[in-house]
Amino acid sequence: MTQEEKIKESLVNKFNYLSVSIKIVRPRRISIEVSLDNFEPVFAYLARDLQFSHLCTITGLDEPEKLSFIYHLAADSGVLINLKIALPKSSPTLKTVTPYFPGAEIYERELVDLFGAKIEGLPSGHRYPLTDDWPVDQFPLRKEWKADKNA
Amino acid sequence: MHDSKDFKIPIGPQHPALKEPEGFSVALKGEKILGVDIRLGYNHRGIEKAAEERTYVQDIYLIERVCGICSHSHSTCFVQAVEEIAGLAVPNRALYIRTIIAELERIHSHLLWLGVAGHEIGFDTLLMYSWRDREVVMDILAAITGNRVNYGMNTIGGVRRDIDAQQAEDILKALTILEERTKYYIEVATQETTIIKRLSGVGVLSREDVLRLDAVGPTARASGVKRDVRADDPYAAYAELSFEVITDDHADVYGRTVVRVKELMESYKIIRQALKNLPTGLLTVRAPRKIPVGEAISRYEAPRGEDVHYVKSNGTEKPERVKIRAPTLANVQAVKHMLRDRYLADMPIVVAAIDPCFSCTDRTVALKEEDCARAKVINWQALHAFSIEWYKQQGIDFTELNKKLQDRLKG
Repeated sequence: MTQEEKIKESLVNKFNYLSVSIKIVRPRRISIEVSLDNFEPVFAYLARDLQFSHLCTITGLDEPEKLSFIYHLAADSGVLINLKIALPKSSPTLKTVTPYFPGAEIYERELVDLFGAKIEGLPSGHRYPLTDDWPVDQFPLRKEWKADKNA
Repeated sequence: MHDSKDFKIPIGPQHPALKEPEGFSVALKGEKILGVDIRLGYNHRGIEKAAEERTYVQDIYLIERVCGICSHSHSTCFVQAVEEIAGLAVPNRALYIRTIIAELERIHSHLLWLGVAGHEIGFDTLLMYSWRDREVVMDILAAITGNRVNYGMNTIGGVRRDIDAQQAEDILKALTILEERTKYYIEVATQETTIIKRLSGVGVLSREDVLRLDAVGPTARASGVKRDVRADDPYAAYAELSFEVITDDHADVYGRTVVRVKELMESYKIIRQALKNLPTGLLTVRAPRKIPVGEAISRYEAPRGEDVHYVKSNGTEKPERVKIRAPTLANVQAVKHMLRDRYLADMPIVVAAIDPCFSCTDRTVALKEEDCARAKVINWQALHAFSIEWYKQQGIDFTELNKKLQDRLKG
């Protein structure tokens, strides 16, 4: 059994509902989709029990009827898991992962600025990366936002 | 975040350490740093959004310009993701050439850093020496690719230029010179009392903090964390080449210096092996203009650490989404931690020691928006007035001082 299959097996044993949404994409790449309710237990299990101890970054996606966020978690073995969560565009609210990865703060701020995500529990601080006078309702990486519209 | 009695000084947003913008607000008690507030984003250029509006081929050149120093890192990281989605089998020769350019780039970047570090601690001789030697590798890069930076070597499915026998010989000759110089730098870094005393115990970041804050690259390896994408998640030709992942346990700026100079030796080793075993064959495979629907994430060990690119395709000739996470963004958060309870005078070298690259970090969006307050053209006088106001808001007011000076000039 390869290391990827072992990871898949332990995830499916722990969370039965993952059996359909977990895929081994190629050696060292696994992708998982979870619902908002299941996100935290799966994330915690990956980060703490399966030693996916490095959060590479968080990618935001406008798909465009919903907003998705992919948490790229890497283990020292070189295996990288893309943990994807989709949220309705009307209320893209998720919980901060800074209790697990304090370094995630800046990645979450990017999601706030560029996608209009709302992150519960994000410590106060400067916005990133847009300027302080950037309009609060403009999210440049959303699909409907066009750069040349106002340039 | 701090008591109003604390003395606060703004450093930046104009080049606080290297010649790049980033704003620090440093709260001080005497010479001691109580806390640092970092404002990033000054270099935000809208690259991720722009990438969605361009074709894959145009994006190679756009993304190469995320960074002027590690341009090959970004373009390779990007094409790797696209090639994975398209299921292209990149020829071995191309993978080896990518690896050679990658290591040449690491050499020029580490030598550049060594000079900057020397400069920040007042050791300008080291700057002069290392930047002189850096020209050796710059000449090689220019001879192979035609450019000192932004090499334009990559294309989807391979590389655009070959390395011929004469060039291979020139590279080997250059490596001999560089290796001899690097041995000298290792000697300087490990034996020169000034360097050891100035850098030891400065900018400390424990192993636990590296893991907690997700630091990458030489910053992580200097704290004993053996993380290197080249070894952990091999790409290009790295799986077929032998090299050592350099680590150090000093966990301070000194350790970061030692890691970088020793990594230079590994780069020479990698390039020699790659040239010796350079496979024959094609440089590229034909890539489709429209990339099939899919997604891929690619990791790359840039000179500053792990670079991450995520690409999602939608079956057209333009990507649906390109996400870039440059190594400095992962490291900059550790800087706050390194500076707390340290002396203000250590700040330039501590910031420089992560080898920051704010252009990389800030890549993503921001074009002019008509209802945005800053979307206007202002003349020099207005800009001057604006800057005075801006500093006043930060609590810095030179009005009194200017008046005194003018009175004195008159008197």
